[in-house]
Amino acid sequence: MKFFSYAWDWLTVPAQWHGSGGIPVRILEQLYYTGLALLIAALIAIPLGILIGHSGRGAVAVVNLANAWRAIPTLGLLTLLAVTLGFSPLAWLIPLVVLGIPPILVNTYEGVAGVEPELKDAARGMGMTSWQQVRKVEVPVASPLIILGLRTGAIFVVATATIAAYIGLGGLGRYIIDGLATDNYGEVAGGAFFVVLLALAVQALFVGVRRLAVPAGLRQQASQT
Amino acid sequence: MDWSQVPTLTWESAKLGILPALFGLIISVPLGIVCVRFRWLYGPVLSVTSVLYALPSLALFIVLIPYTGLTDTTVIIPLTLFSLCVLVPNVVDGLRSVPEPVRQAATAMGFGTMRRLARVELPISVPIVIAGLRVAVVSSISLATLGQLIGVSSLGYLLIDGYQRAFLTEILVGGGLIIALALVCDLILVLVRRLLTPWRPRRRRRELPEVVADPVAALAGGTQ
Repeated sequence: MKFFSYAWDWLTVPAQWHGSGGIPVRILEQLYYTGLALLIAALIAIPLGILIGHSGRGAVAVVNLANAWRAIPTLGLLTLLAVTLGFSPLAWLIPLVVLGIPPILVNTYEGVAGVEPELKDAARGMGMTSWQQVRKVEVPVASPLIILGLRTGAIFVVATATIAAYIGLGGLGRYIIDGLATDNYGEVAGGAFFVVLLALAVQALFVGVRRLAVPAGLRQQASQT
Repeated sequence: MDWSQVPTLTWESAKLGILPALFGLIISVPLGIVCVRFRWLYGPVLSVTSVLYALPSLALFIVLIPYTGLTDTTVIIPLTLFSLCVLVPNVVDGLRSVPEPVRQAATAMGFGTMRRLARVELPISVPIVIAGLRVAVVSSISLATLGQLIGVSSLGYLLIDGYQRAFLTEILVGGGLIIALALVCDLILVLVRRLLTPWRPRRRRRELPEVVADPVAALAGGTQ
């Protein structure tokens, strides 16, 4: 496996592990960008998704958004903002948040809108107010899909943060972009290796989150989908 | 800006967007058929495609460079793998959407397994499979532009060149053309579906965007 031998040769050099451009720092940077963007995206998308799913208004707009989102070229959004905003942190934060929102929004919407009408009727029959219905029934039932949306969003944001190195952001993408610019394939391979590792770790993390956050009665069902 | 390159770049982008979806279709139809026949296989296949889909495409391009070089193949292989994540579930859902009475009627008319598959089950699956293809093509076109970072030419060139020269118009034209190309391919697929399924009602209230059978898969299509 040529790729791994290149990556291995690069990452076993002790100098890679120290200093401001070292691997631990780059990983922390990447986690910071991803975490921040995902948090903002979730704070916007989850309440909005619950609102749309609960009221049924704006559902067509959500489906359209999901379709349009796929067509957006990440690189286009990043370069566009980099040229217009210059070295402002908004130049990378906006694209990361914008690309993170649709998967969270659509899944939250699908989850809440897909709650069986019988369950909602039962909740209303028990005397729950609209807010209680949302909090005690709809959100818990939708939680597997909401977490799945967060996972998809996280995967997207990790990947986009890597590409944002092209417009000057730190993080693991630096190795890829700098290595490509200096024809140092070892560095590029090392960067790609850690990006893949991080993406897999994020996926594993959300499998764990689902185990903790999904109510026991729904877990069986969730694991089947 | 230099418009003379635009036709070539558009052609490159179209190629890098359409070929992965096509290869993905060629793989996922037999794979989907097998998964419907042997149900136990579907779970593991889905797990593999969903892990693949989590991998950033730029990283996958880089993994392939030592083997396939800086060629179109390096971009096409990862995008093909991503397309499986939408296409396989849609082929499976499409085949499962065939009503049991229809299947029995075909058998009663003397259709063997293969002929029933080719003449009845696959045609009925066409709308759902094409919904998946639309997702695959649109995301491939947008993801292929990242190939420009490793030097594989596409409309992504306009984005990079525009950035390096801080030339906003070029970035806007590049981004606009990428989205327009995706829209055109999407429309062509809608027309193909209409041609292939003449029995479906032509005029609906409004042509809504096709909702993919599986909302999870609808969002798949690939990571950057």
